[in-house]
Amino acid sequence: MDFKFDLDENKEKIDKLMEIIEEVKSKNISKKASLMPVLHDAQKMFGYLPIEVQSIISEQLNVPLAEIYGVATFYSQFSLVPKGEYEIGVCLGTACYVKGAQAIIDKITADLEVKVGGTSSDSKFSLIATRCIGACGLAPIMTINEDVYGKLKLEEISDILKKYKDK
Amino acid sequence: MNIYRSHVLICGGTGCVSSKSDKLQEKFENLLVNKDLDKEIKVVRTGCFGLCEAGPIIIVYPEGSFYSQVKIEDVEEIIDEHLVKGRIVKRLLFKDSIEDDIIKSVEEVEFYKKQKRIALKNCGVIDPEDVDEYIAYDGYMALGKVLTEMTPEEVIETIKDSGLRGRGGGGFSTGLKWGFTAKAQGDQKYVLCNADEGDPGAFMDRSILEGDPHSVIESMAIAGYAIGSNQGYVYIRAEYPIAVDRLQIAIDQAREKGLLGKNIFGTDFEFDMEIRLGAGAFVCGEETALIASIEGERGMPRNKPPYPANKGLWQKPTLINNVETYANIPQIILHGADWFKSMGTEKSSGTKVFALGGKINNTGLIEVPMGTTLREVIYEVGGGIPNGKKFKAVQTGGPSGGCITAKELDTPIDFDSLTAIGSMMGSGGMIIMDEDDCMVDIARYFLDFTVEESCGKCPPCRIGTKRMLEILEKITSGNGEPEDLNRLERLSENIKSSSLCGLGQSASNPVLSTLKHFRDEYEAHVNEKRCPSGLCKDLLSYYIIAEKCKGCTLCIKACPSDAITGERKEVHEIHQDKCIKCGACLDKCPFKAIITK
Repeated sequence: MDFKFDLDENKEKIDKLMEIIEEVKSKNISKKASLMPVLHDAQKMFGYLPIEVQSIISEQLNVPLAEIYGVATFYSQFSLVPKGEYEIGVCLGTACYVKGAQAIIDKITADLEVKVGGTSSDSKFSLIATRCIGACGLAPIMTINEDVYGKLKLEEISDILKKYKDK
Repeated sequence: MNIYRSHVLICGGTGCVSSKSDKLQEKFENLLVNKDLDKEIKVVRTGCFGLCEAGPIIIVYPEGSFYSQVKIEDVEEIIDEHLVKGRIVKRLLFKDSIEDDIIKSVEEVEFYKKQKRIALKNCGVIDPEDVDEYIAYDGYMALGKVLTEMTPEEVIETIKDSGLRGRGGGGFSTGLKWGFTAKAQGDQKYVLCNADEGDPGAFMDRSILEGDPHSVIESMAIAGYAIGSNQGYVYIRAEYPIAVDRLQIAIDQAREKGLLGKNIFGTDFEFDMEIRLGAGAFVCGEETALIASIEGERGMPRNKPPYPANKGLWQKPTLINNVETYANIPQIILHGADWFKSMGTEKSSGTKVFALGGKINNTGLIEVPMGTTLREVIYEVGGGIPNGKKFKAVQTGGPSGGCITAKELDTPIDFDSLTAIGSMMGSGGMIIMDEDDCMVDIARYFLDFTVEESCGKCPPCRIGTKRMLEILEKITSGNGEPEDLNRLERLSENIKSSSLCGLGQSASNPVLSTLKHFRDEYEAHVNEKRCPSGLCKDLLSYYIIAEKCKGCTLCIKACPSDAITGERKEVHEIHQDKCIKCGACLDKCPFKAIITK
C-alpha cells in the first residue's frame, strides 16, 4: 500500500506534538521514560507513527531514532502504517475463540479482501485480531471503531459490514 | 443531601457498556426529569455486577429487583410500573430471580449465594467516579488507621499473618514481598501496580479498576507507608479505556481530598501516583518486563536476581503487586489478619476472583473463598453448560496454565492444588469447554498466542515455541506423524527448563496438559486423520445427503460464501472450493441433510 506523510499538511498536528513534548520535558522525569506516553499521543494524533514523526520525537527527546523504532515496533498498539477509516477488531481471546471467532475473521477476510493486520486497498477498512477485550459475556465480539457488536452470528456479518461500506 | 426512596443501579462495566448500558442511564435520567421523579429516585452508574452474560443489568433498590438484558424501550415500563406503581416488571427479571412466581432479590439468586466478596466488595455497589461513596463504605479508613495507629513494621506483619498471596498468578506471599522491599536500602523506592492483565479470558483486574478504583489507590498508599516510598505507578493496558478513565478520575479526586499528596491525614507521610499505559504486549505482565516498559524500553524481561525488591524501577527498590492483591489489603487492615485467614484453605487464605467464560451459562465475574471446588464454581455459581452439552474441560491460568478434566472437578481450588493437577491458578481466568471443542486446536490456539507474544530475547522461547506451533499446525491440518507427539514433549521440556522468564517457562503447559489428558485426541488426528470434535477444518468437509435434502434453499441463504447451489425443490450441492467450512448450513438445515466427514 502506498502512502506518503506530508509534513506541511500535518503542520498543525506537529506543532501540537511539540507542545506535548515540551510539557513532558518540563516534568522532572527521564527523557527515556517519557517516550511511551509521547508515542501514545502521537499515535492517537496521526493514526500511526510515520518515520518523520519518530525523527521529530528523537530530536526533541534526544533519544536515538533506532531505539524509538525499536519501541514502536515492539508494541502491537503502535503502527507504522496508516489504519483504514474503519478499524475492525475481532476479539481472539479464549472465550471468543471457543465460541467461533476464527470463523468470523475468515468471513470478514473473505468479504473485504483484507488480511488480519492489513488495510483494504481503498483504505476504508483495516482488520485486526485483538487480544481479549474482557467482554467475555458477549463472546464472540467485534468492534468497528467505537461500535461494539456482541454475541455475533456468522450470518450477521455481511449486513453489519454493508452498513459501513455504504457510509 | 437528598433522601431518595429508590435507587436504580446500572452496571457500567465494559461488558454492559458494550451492550449500551450508558444509553440506558441517559434514558433513565431524562425520563425521571420529565416525569418529575428525579428528586425521589436516584440513578447510579456502578461497577460490574459480575453476571456479564445477562447484561445490561439494572438493579432497583430497596427491593433488590434484578433486571437483565434491559433494552432502551424497556426503560419507560420500569419507571411507570415498578418505580411509580410498585409493580415489579416480571418479564424483565433475571431468569433465576423468579421461581414459582416468587420474586427473589439479587442477594438470593444462586449466582451470588456461594460468593464471598472482598476484592469485589464495592463493585456494583458504589459509583466508582464518586470518592464520597467510597468513603461512605469505609473507604480510606484503612489508610487512616495505618498512618495514625500502626508502624510500618506492624502493617507488614499484619499482611504476612493474613497469608495473602499474590493474585496475579505467582502466588508469592505478599507480606514477604513487602518485607523485602522495606528492608532494601535506597534513597528512593517505588510502589507499582501491575494492571497489565493480558491473560485472554481474565478481566477481574479491569473490573476492580472500573468498579472500585479507590481501593487500589488506598492500598498503594498503604504499601508506600509500609515500605517507605512516596511514588507509585499503575501500569495498565491501553485496551481498557474505561478503567483508565475511572482510575484517573479517582486519582484526581483523591488528590483533591488530600488523600494523595503531602501530609496525608495530617501526618508527615506523602505519596502520589501516576498512570502508565501499556501498548499491547502480553509479556509486560511479567514484572521485570513491566519495569522496562515504564522506563521507556522494549518490554523485555530481565534476569532475576536481582529482584525488583532490591533493584527494580530505575534500579531502585520496587514493590510490585497486582490489582486484585491490592484490593484485598484495606479489608485486611480493617478486619485483621485472623478474619482473612478464617476464609479459604490453610495455605491459600481469603477469596479469589474468577472470570468464567466460554461454554457456561453464567458468563461473568465471581469471587469465592479459596477451597471451593471446581464443580461448585462451574455448576452452582456458573449454572452449568448451555445447550445440554457435556462438560469436557476447564482451562485455567491462560496461556501458562492447563486443562482440567471432569475427573478432577471435585478438587478444591487453591494455588497448590491446581499446580498439583498440572494447571495453575494464574490470574483467575476459567474457560469452560464442552464436547465440541478440540483440545489439539486449543493447544494450537495458545501456542499461536505465545509465539505472537514472545518478546524474542531468549532463543528457547522465541524459536522453540515457533517450532511447537508448526508441529501443532501440522497435526491439525492432517499431516501429523506419530513421532510428532514425542517431539512436542521433548521440546516442551527443553523450553520449560531453559527459558528466561515465566512466559517461556510456562508456554508449553497447554500442550503438556492436553497431551496428558487427551492423548487419544492427538492420536486420532495423527493416526486416523480425524478430528473427534469435528472442529479442525482441514480434517473435515461438508456434504449434502441427497436422499434427505428437500431443496428448501435455507442452506443457500445461510451460506456466507455462496458455496451452495441448487434450484428450489431440487437437491442442493456444496462446492468444496468455495466452502469456508463455517458450519452455518449445518445449523440451518431442518432435515439434517448436511453432514461433515
